[in-house]
Amino acid sequence: MALDLSVENVTKTFGDFTAVNEVSFAVEQGRFFSILGPSGCGKTTLLRMIAGFIEPTAGRILIRGNDMANLPPNRRPVNLIFQHLALFPMMNVAQNIAFGLQRRKEKKPEIDRKVADILERVGLPGFGNKKIDQLSGGQKQRVAIARCLVLDPAVLLLDEPLGALDLKLREQMKVELKKLQAQVGTTFIYITHDQSEALVMSDHVAVMNNGRFEQVDTPRKLYAHPKTPFVARFVGDNNAWKGIVADHREDLCTIETTDGQIFTAGAAPDLPSGTPVAFFIRPEAIIIAPDAGLDDFNRLPVVIKSILFDGANSRLLATPVDGEKELMIALPQNRQYDHLNAGDRVDIGWSARSASCFKAS
Amino acid sequence: MKKLAIVCCAVSLVFAFSLSCQAETLELLTWEGYAPKELMDKFEKETGITVKPTYSNNEEIIAKLRATRGAGFDLAQPSQDRISSVQVKYKLYQPIDYSKVDAAQIVPSMLEAVKKNTMVGDKSYAVPHVYGTSGLIVNRKYAPEASDYKDLLNPAYKGRISYRLKRPTLIGIAYSMKQDPFVLYANPKGYEKLMERVGEKLIEGKGLVKNYWTNGDALLQSMRSEEVFVAMAWDNGGWKMHAENPDIDFVAPKSGALGWIDTFTIPAKAKNVEAAYKWINFMMKPENAAVFTNKEKYATASAGAIDYYDADVKANFQRSFSKADIDNIKWYPPVPAKLESIEGLILDKVKAAN
Amino acid sequence: MNAARARITLPFLIFVTPVLMWLFLLIVLPHIDLLLMSFRIEDDAGATVWSLVNYLNFFDEPVYWRTFTRTAVYAILTTMITFAVSLPVAFYITKVVSPRFSGFLSLLLLMPFWVSELVRVYGWMILLRESGVINHFLLKAGLLQRPVEMLYNDVTMVMGLVYTSMLFMVVPLISVLESLDDSLIEAAYDLGGNVFSIVTRIIIPHAMPGIVSGGIVVFMLTLGNYLTPNLIGGKNSLWFTEQIYNQFIASFNWNQGAAFGFLLLILSSSIIWIGLKLTRQKLSQVVQ
Repeated sequence: MALDLSVENVTKTFGDFTAVNEVSFAVEQGRFFSILGPSGCGKTTLLRMIAGFIEPTAGRILIRGNDMANLPPNRRPVNLIFQHLALFPMMNVAQNIAFGLQRRKEKKPEIDRKVADILERVGLPGFGNKKIDQLSGGQKQRVAIARCLVLDPAVLLLDEPLGALDLKLREQMKVELKKLQAQVGTTFIYITHDQSEALVMSDHVAVMNNGRFEQVDTPRKLYAHPKTPFVARFVGDNNAWKGIVADHREDLCTIETTDGQIFTAGAAPDLPSGTPVAFFIRPEAIIIAPDAGLDDFNRLPVVIKSILFDGANSRLLATPVDGEKELMIALPQNRQYDHLNAGDRVDIGWSARSASCFKAS
Repeated sequence: MKKLAIVCCAVSLVFAFSLSCQAETLELLTWEGYAPKELMDKFEKETGITVKPTYSNNEEIIAKLRATRGAGFDLAQPSQDRISSVQVKYKLYQPIDYSKVDAAQIVPSMLEAVKKNTMVGDKSYAVPHVYGTSGLIVNRKYAPEASDYKDLLNPAYKGRISYRLKRPTLIGIAYSMKQDPFVLYANPKGYEKLMERVGEKLIEGKGLVKNYWTNGDALLQSMRSEEVFVAMAWDNGGWKMHAENPDIDFVAPKSGALGWIDTFTIPAKAKNVEAAYKWINFMMKPENAAVFTNKEKYATASAGAIDYYDADVKANFQRSFSKADIDNIKWYPPVPAKLESIEGLILDKVKAAN
Repeated sequence: MNAARARITLPFLIFVTPVLMWLFLLIVLPHIDLLLMSFRIEDDAGATVWSLVNYLNFFDEPVYWRTFTRTAVYAILTTMITFAVSLPVAFYITKVVSPRFSGFLSLLLLMPFWVSELVRVYGWMILLRESGVINHFLLKAGLLQRPVEMLYNDVTMVMGLVYTSMLFMVVPLISVLESLDDSLIEAAYDLGGNVFSIVTRIIIPHAMPGIVSGGIVVFMLTLGNYLTPNLIGGKNSLWFTEQIYNQFIASFNWNQGAAFGFLLLILSSSIIWIGLKLTRQKLSQVVQ
């Protein structure tokens, strides 16, 4: 499939500080690609380089095969949706959307037709004469998207546009945005620090940290097989232990944690005995009161400290009977565990291969 | 109650103290240079009176006094021709008590002339102080031929001419047109016609003018830097320049220099009339008058001052004024009311013309 | 309603009375006096009578209304040039330079206003006169064969007026531009806008209240200026204020001067009113 965007070894330094460090990736046409990272990781700098507001210190950015070097933002076939949308308050909705078309010197009837068309597509028919401050948050979002999509860009860049919305609306917009992208087929590059946004909407997610891409993968793989401790910690929740590899056999190893627990975990072959490691187990991979007789399975008696009720996202907070380490355990709300109370002793366990293990840095 | 009494006491004490501290002052409304620091200090030493000068010109002196109906100043120095009509209309001044003026110090003919010109009813309102003439200041190196007001309109000096847009210029140009504006003072209609013709001349010659000067020092600066060759100005300015650059000198115009006398007048609501008379007599004392003349190059009506003049001051007068020139000086007669409006419109038209 | 009435208490009266007295005694009363004066003339016998002649004179005598027209046109021109010069300056201070320097730069702009206008005008004269500093250097550099008089023409006068009034345009512009979100400019740029369309479609519409309030101040200051046209403007630069001054001081015709003063007030107010209508601004918004 054709590549809409390819970024090759792009680096950006500000004085001594390297904001973006040797980043390369490619996005196929029509994909929803997210860059996920904590604030300050360089994702906004990267996005602004693609949009043309910043020139890279080194490396190339190609859009549909054309090198974008020294091309200003107003001449790049990409459009950016700003964090606070940056709708022009001095114009009404139709004028906002028409702004880019007028810059292209398109004819007035043509502009009017396109504006009406795009308003229809984003579900705001007849909103042309409204003022910006008459719109709700979600409507503003859609106008901002319409303002860019009407220009038919090769790539649409989105800079955390959902950040300013309240939770309910954000959940709703996530789904809407995904649907809209599928419908129009434009390539979206979406940056966010919210893993849920990235996982829900994207075809591919790049996890970025300290100016580098840690892992680029589908949301499912990212979740199931994080390749670095950072990804393991950043994407989804995880219980983390530090320990030392005690024994190694085939694709499994035995780990002795610093607080004296012994676990088996799935591991890469480059972890010989004696290597210090960090290993992670997701709360939802832990089974409460597991059946007996499972192979490659870790078991642990724990005392329940408290129950954190949060609907479908409820957790148990527990510590091992003979340890201090606090563990988060998913508590499925299927009435099966309604008898559990704080202070109870309960057995937990998890399959060795559902834990990830990395060499400690 | 006690507190109130204390406060009252304190206030009255402060008040009394400030009153006793307030030295006697003389509020003087005059021209730049007419009250040299040296003489003000000497006056204060002799009498204990501090002179507080405010610098102005004829028009502003009248406007200031008119605004307060003659209050705020103890002594003013308008020109003698601008007193009687103003006095009739606005009653700005009080009559001079000539018994308090030391007449022996004043040139008798000048005192008489001023008394006559400032007479309203049977009272006179002024004592002569400084006199001088308006004429040309010429840079001989570049404009050797300039000798009359006509040369202010002479294309030979294009861009090197400067004069004020004020009434003396109108009158000078009128004389150079072989007219006598002073005679027409009595005939406003005829005067208006003449002024219109003068205005046309000035508009015609406008392209030749560098600028219309408003500040005497700025004009002298332009003469000094040789930006201006021919200017209409007061004689003392020319003489000051001559001391710096012998090429520049005051020239009495062929049509006649315009003679003016600046006077002492006492505003109607003057507070310190005694101090005013003291200052008049002090300034007219020959040795004091000479200090002023040597510094500012202006002559005064002080009778014996000439004995104390510097040599160059005497030389100035002899160099610029021949006997015929002196006889030809046109002394300003009192300006009747209404002429200012006629002149004002003409001057506005000249300035507005392109 | 009750709350509003309750606010008129004794302390309120104590504070507001001096202000009202001050307004009335120092502003309203003299103006009433001047207004009455403007409707009176002196007849041939020397008595003062009521008349409209002072106002009719303005329209009858071409030199008066032409001078006013000239003054107004130059004031409008000066306002426009001041705006054109101030916008980039204000933009630079608010958007380009780092915030640490912007305060310093504003201070630099303010500095010339610590000295009186007279001193500033003389400063220009020292620079520009025929024997002035600029001519001296141009001659030394061999760029000129003989000195050129740069003073006493309308171009220099307008420049002087722009210089004098720039601050009063820059300050309101800085405050409106500070409230302009940078991302609006970036968004316009991203959507294909160039400098011209960004300035005309985004920056100017956003800055309109500041432009209009700055414009009113600059226009009024320029219209009421006396020193700069008089000293730099040279021989053709009759300014309407100078004409008022001449009526009061040189011609002793206070009645005519007062009438001119009121004409200036009325005509300039109507020009501002037209300006507000044209830019669709409301005075109450602009003066905030």
